[in-house]
Amino acid sequence: MREIVDIFVRSVFIDNMVFAYFLGMCSYLAVSKNVKTAAGLGFAVCFVLAVTVPINYLIDKYLLQPGALSWLGRGFANVDLSYLSLVVFIAVIAGIVQLLEMVMERHLPALYAALGIFLPLIAVNCAILGGSLFMQERNFPTVIHSFSYAIGSGIGWLLAIVAFAAIRERLKYSKIPEPLQGNGIAYIITGLLGMGFMAFLGI
Amino acid sequence: MSLKKYLGPLSSDNPILVQTLGVCSALAVTAQLKPALVMALSVTVVCAFSNLIISLIRNTIPPRIRIIVQLLIVSFWVILVDQVLQAYVYEISKLLSVFVGLIITNCIIMGRLEAFALSHKPWPSFMDGLMNGLGYGLVLIVVAFFRELLGSGTLWNIPVVPHAWYEAGYLNNGLMILPPMALILVGTIIWIKNSKTRRAK
Repeated sequence: MREIVDIFVRSVFIDNMVFAYFLGMCSYLAVSKNVKTAAGLGFAVCFVLAVTVPINYLIDKYLLQPGALSWLGRGFANVDLSYLSLVVFIAVIAGIVQLLEMVMERHLPALYAALGIFLPLIAVNCAILGGSLFMQERNFPTVIHSFSYAIGSGIGWLLAIVAFAAIRERLKYSKIPEPLQGNGIAYIITGLLGMGFMAFLGI
Repeated sequence: MSLKKYLGPLSSDNPILVQTLGVCSALAVTAQLKPALVMALSVTVVCAFSNLIISLIRNTIPPRIRIIVQLLIVSFWVILVDQVLQAYVYEISKLLSVFVGLIITNCIIMGRLEAFALSHKPWPSFMDGLMNGLGYGLVLIVVAFFRELLGSGTLWNIPVVPHAWYEAGYLNNGLMILPPMALILVGTIIWIKNSKTRRAK
């Protein structure tokens, strides 16, 4: 149990998707003009991560890893399909995002209205595929560990984008040297935020 | 078609600095020159060849499922690159870890496929992919150069800061190796670039 909480806290603060690994930067910079849309995208990322990472974990464990197919019989014990993991992961992500979009549209129109426009963006968000790839690299012992990792990373990403959007809203009123306006200052702010997050390293 | 037309991505239309595409992987791999160069080459290869293939089959892809088709073709090339890296430069491929896989979701590649390859002939698409890959690589190498030089006092793993400096009290700036400095460096490059282009006007 303690391990699971550990993984959660680690992935929110220390291994933060944005500040430690720069994942999902493209949408992070593009969709952070105001806090409300930023929060919408953040929740959508959280949600999709929490669904896709455990599924990819199971696929990886029972289909792709070296020796994962041994449940099919002894002849399959030496099969190593791990080179397929990239293409399988991205297909699962794209498929699930599409599925979620359809299910939400049909049964949860309120949620769909809030998150719907972000879902297509998310299929190609590096943070989502990155979540699955890091999960594969870290070899979590059970699916619950991977779930906790996914939720933690999602919340970390949400935290990062909301904080950044809040700063950006304020930025409108400040005087910035002209060549630095726009993207230049956005990068530098993210860097400074990242330095702030480095303070959590001690936890 | 003249060569000049293709050179935009290297400067005035640079994918990272101007279009803010493909930033995700660009920063994580730039603590040293070697992995940055390998990453730049991999992205260039993937970008050029997936542009070529999409352009070759552009008239047969049904528009509704084009994203999936694009993702599959890109991931095919990425798997190829990944296997080659693991076979020939294993150390660096360990260092790059998941970032090779993340080339699939690199927005530069998807962006070029959508914006260029779907509507142009194979040869221009190939050149466009190549040039965008190189433009991306250029920024990567500039950032990696400064980070490695100031952060560890080496270039290409060869010490370049003279030993006497260390004796005189010079210290490597450990902050350069950490992630936040990559962002601040890119911000500074954008700053310099913007003030230059404005003066040119």
